[in-house]
Amino acid sequence: MAGIATAILVLGLTVVLFPLFWMLSTSLKGEIEALKIPPNWIPKSFQWVNYRDALTHNPFGTYFRNTFYFAGMVVIGEVLSNSFIAYGFARLRAPGRNVLFIMVLATLMVPAEVTIIPTYVLFANIPGQWLNTYNPLIVPAWLGSAYLIFLLRQFYLGIPYEYDESARLEGASRFGIWWRIILPLSKPALGAVAIMSFIFHWNTFQGPLIYINDNAKFPVSLGLSMFRTPFGGTPQHWYMAASLAVIAPCIVVFFIAQRYFIQGIVVSGVKG
Amino acid sequence: MISILPRQKMARNEALWFWLFISPWIVGLILFRGGPILASLALSFTEYNVADPPNPVGFENYARLLQDDIFYKSLKVSGLYTLMAVPLGIVVSLLMAMLLNQKGVPFLGVFRTLYYIPALVAGSVAVALLFQWLLNPSFGIINFLISRFVGEEGLIPLGLSGPRWFFDPNWVVPSFVLMSLWGFGGSMLIYLAGLQGVPTALYEAARIDGAGAFRRFRNVTLPMISPVILFTFITGMIGSFQIFTPAYIVSGGVGGPAYASMFYVLYLYLNAFRRYRFGFASTQAWFLFIIILILTIIALRASRSAVYYESPGDDKMI
Repeated sequence: MAGIATAILVLGLTVVLFPLFWMLSTSLKGEIEALKIPPNWIPKSFQWVNYRDALTHNPFGTYFRNTFYFAGMVVIGEVLSNSFIAYGFARLRAPGRNVLFIMVLATLMVPAEVTIIPTYVLFANIPGQWLNTYNPLIVPAWLGSAYLIFLLRQFYLGIPYEYDESARLEGASRFGIWWRIILPLSKPALGAVAIMSFIFHWNTFQGPLIYINDNAKFPVSLGLSMFRTPFGGTPQHWYMAASLAVIAPCIVVFFIAQRYFIQGIVVSGVKG
Repeated sequence: MISILPRQKMARNEALWFWLFISPWIVGLILFRGGPILASLALSFTEYNVADPPNPVGFENYARLLQDDIFYKSLKVSGLYTLMAVPLGIVVSLLMAMLLNQKGVPFLGVFRTLYYIPALVAGSVAVALLFQWLLNPSFGIINFLISRFVGEEGLIPLGLSGPRWFFDPNWVVPSFVLMSLWGFGGSMLIYLAGLQGVPTALYEAARIDGAGAFRRFRNVTLPMISPVILFTFITGMIGSFQIFTPAYIVSGGVGGPAYASMFYVLYLYLNAFRRYRFGFASTQAWFLFIIILILTIIALRASRSAVYYESPGDDKMI
């Protein structure tokens, strides 16, 4: 039984990983070889120069820098704010707490499309130039997200209360308990949040499409989408080289921290 | 130094800290959640292009929406996509999770990691470009493989050839479904965790009672993981109705050919941010909200008899 299962799993894995292999293969071919039928499975000679050409034809260096700034700011904001808020919901008692927590969960049900237009109107009308900056995408991330509050609250409920009690007896404030006891204890959960948040925002497209107009400010997702040139499209080997370069950081981050990541997925899915 | 405070004062102090800790969420709720929800409802009764003040028009947007052919078309596209992508996704990820959960399968961790990679980048611009290339009717590898296997001179010469995928209005939605299926690793992990939580004693008992593999699946596995299936079903449905990026990229932001890739949210986006019809687009957003709400309620109702909870009345939120 295990033998058959393993055989199917290996076969399935070939199918699942094939598109990525084909992306790599195409990215290393010459322009004519890329369109050859029947295709060469492995390029005759590896055209590494495609990567240089594709990534300098449009200013991808700038796009990568912008995306690191944007995703980085969002990750810091989401880790700090959601752990702060979740601590309140998990460990401090107050009248009305449960009603408020149900409200947190209720906001999960509201599709982003409902809030997207008024939020845009808000940023278009407040003083200071907010459109065509990353602020409309960063600032909300510093004010908590329902999904992550829920995830971290579940985690905090599992930390023994004795830690808080003994810290209080030693005169620590609630803020001190959060900062010096809860944060260090929740490193695995925060790691999961940070990685999920990074990968999500690295790839995010709709938000930047709405707010960022200036080519020099594009994140990689927008840069890649604008790669299309008006004179009859971009050659496939360039497309695939740029696409692979864009998803590579996600895959690298995933491999470095996959233990945290898979934990996060499983916790959020099963306890949800 | 321990100061003994009266009980009431201590409780008040704790409540104060509670409000301090959740204050960022309160600000976010007012500015970016609750506020916009109300504003969006208000905007749906106006004509608004951001440059000029909103002009109240009553129910006109709603009436116009119900007469809009493209709106119905977008409903059909998103509905059909959801109808295909969600059940197929559940079947594939559950099957693969069950294979992974077989006793004695080696390298479990490696399989889990590698199967998850596509889910990492699912729905991104890069993946949309990749599938456009894989499914290219003339130069794509998929159609080449199809002709090799079942083409005129193929392994099994049936004379079949691959469809025109994103270029054929009838094949556009299935092409997007294929793209979404590729990212099944995410829900597969969730199912795997659910399957690992099923007590082995239940299987033993079923075996002793003489239940075959299929009966064990029907009477043990399925009921035990039915809450997880419900969870992935509802989140999958909501997610499918909100698909945007792949449709925008593949169709170059126009929803063609013949509106076959005019997904609901793409049409909403075009009305808002291309035609500056913010009032009309808000109406569309509210329609979407109501659709999702109704679908969720139906799913929950329908599942009441089908979903098994181990401890009835516990704190499950859904």
